[in-house]
Amino acid sequence: MTHDHFFGYRRANGRAGIRNYVLILPVDDISNAACEGVANNVFGTMALPHSYGRLQYGEDLDLHFRTIIGCGANPNVAAVLVIGIEPGWTQRVVDGIAATGKPVQGLHIEGKGELATIAEGCRVAQEFVQYATELQRERIGIEELWVATKCGESDTTSGIASCPAVGNLIDKLDARGITSCFGETTEITGGEKLCASRAANPEAAAKFMKVFQAYQDEVMRFKVDDLSDSQPSKGNKAGGLSTIEEKAFGNLQKIGEKAMYIDVLAPAQAPTKGPGLYFMDTSSAAAECLPLQAAAGFVLHLFPTGQGNVVGNPIMPTLKLTANPRTARVMKEHIDLDVSDVLKRKMTIGEAGDALIDMSVRISNGRLTTAETLRHREFAMTKLYRSA
Amino acid sequence: MEEPGFIVHHKGDSLGVVVVEDVKAGQKLKGWIMDTNETIELTAASDIPLGHKVALSALKKGDTVLKYGNDVGRAVEDIGVGGYVHFHNIKSKRW
Repeated sequence: MTHDHFFGYRRANGRAGIRNYVLILPVDDISNAACEGVANNVFGTMALPHSYGRLQYGEDLDLHFRTIIGCGANPNVAAVLVIGIEPGWTQRVVDGIAATGKPVQGLHIEGKGELATIAEGCRVAQEFVQYATELQRERIGIEELWVATKCGESDTTSGIASCPAVGNLIDKLDARGITSCFGETTEITGGEKLCASRAANPEAAAKFMKVFQAYQDEVMRFKVDDLSDSQPSKGNKAGGLSTIEEKAFGNLQKIGEKAMYIDVLAPAQAPTKGPGLYFMDTSSAAAECLPLQAAAGFVLHLFPTGQGNVVGNPIMPTLKLTANPRTARVMKEHIDLDVSDVLKRKMTIGEAGDALIDMSVRISNGRLTTAETLRHREFAMTKLYRSA
Repeated sequence: MEEPGFIVHHKGDSLGVVVVEDVKAGQKLKGWIMDTNETIELTAASDIPLGHKVALSALKKGDTVLKYGNDVGRAVEDIGVGGYVHFHNIKSKRW
């Protein structure tokens, strides 16, 4: 196999990144402005504004910290400046990220105000950028690439070719020992037995059925109709998908035919059982799902689309592929790989998988995704319930 | 290999996906069954947009609809061979 390596950044904890961000990370929503103030002043930094972080509690607060700390800890990030309103939770985030061994420093706004915080933050951020820009990419085995996947604005072409292309990549690279992740719990509705049968062990199958049923119960509790306006979505239906079951079986093509998932992860939870395929309990909304996978440490995202979802993620480059010839033509600026030749019987799924591996390596080596060039940085925090 | 007008995932599926633009009623279509690599033919009974589905055999109201070799819903009205299949005539068995 030609693609046995990529060129990435080796981090202090041994993990490999494909980008080299200096992140200005707010602990809470009211620190977004300070973070953006620093990012606006210091070239080479990126603020990660988000919506929550105050008065959360219990499992919802745990998820908030796991998401924020996980994003700072992601190997695509070289160094992190953390800014919060007060010192306690700020330090908790700093300590969580510091466990990776990467440079991280925290600042808080109370007691000195935002302008002084920005000024101090700029000095720290400048040093971080100069540190990060001297780091060099090095040759790293393909098995160290952590890849997540989810599909969006799917249509019938997704199930025919773009999702199977991802599945083909997963089958080929799972056999080489990569770590990978799929999710979208409710989108598997109708295909849950098939999904449970793809667990590598009875514990993982039982964990999957437990999170699947819990999400179903939650949907049933809040739904006011048959959900046919959301699953399938308007875009799915415009693209020819009629039922959630049809969408589910197309979705599941992303895990290929052979790979078995070894564990089920909570949202934003990092894998602990070594290389292999993992299922993560997530929403099927792209801007909510991708941050959870990034927070778990995945560095590259494979995103099949049919009708043309335009999503990106701030720290996990999102490679978009489509098999819909019209989308490939009219939404070219959002598509990294066109596999529509499968529909014309001119390309096999195996060839589409190989083309996807090739583009994955090129993007890992530094080629910007279409979403990166268009500054798509959607980052919606998953919230389990209302704050206190 | 000739370019197909519609694609079927699994032999035995009730449906094929139209993969060419502007299919009109009465148009003859060649279909490709992906898992067996067979070619079949049928005549579209309605206009069917790109990416939308055509019935491969007659479905009676209440019949289970198969795609990917799996149950993806039920017919809520009778659908003839070559008929246009979408959410107006098939529904999920859930939700």
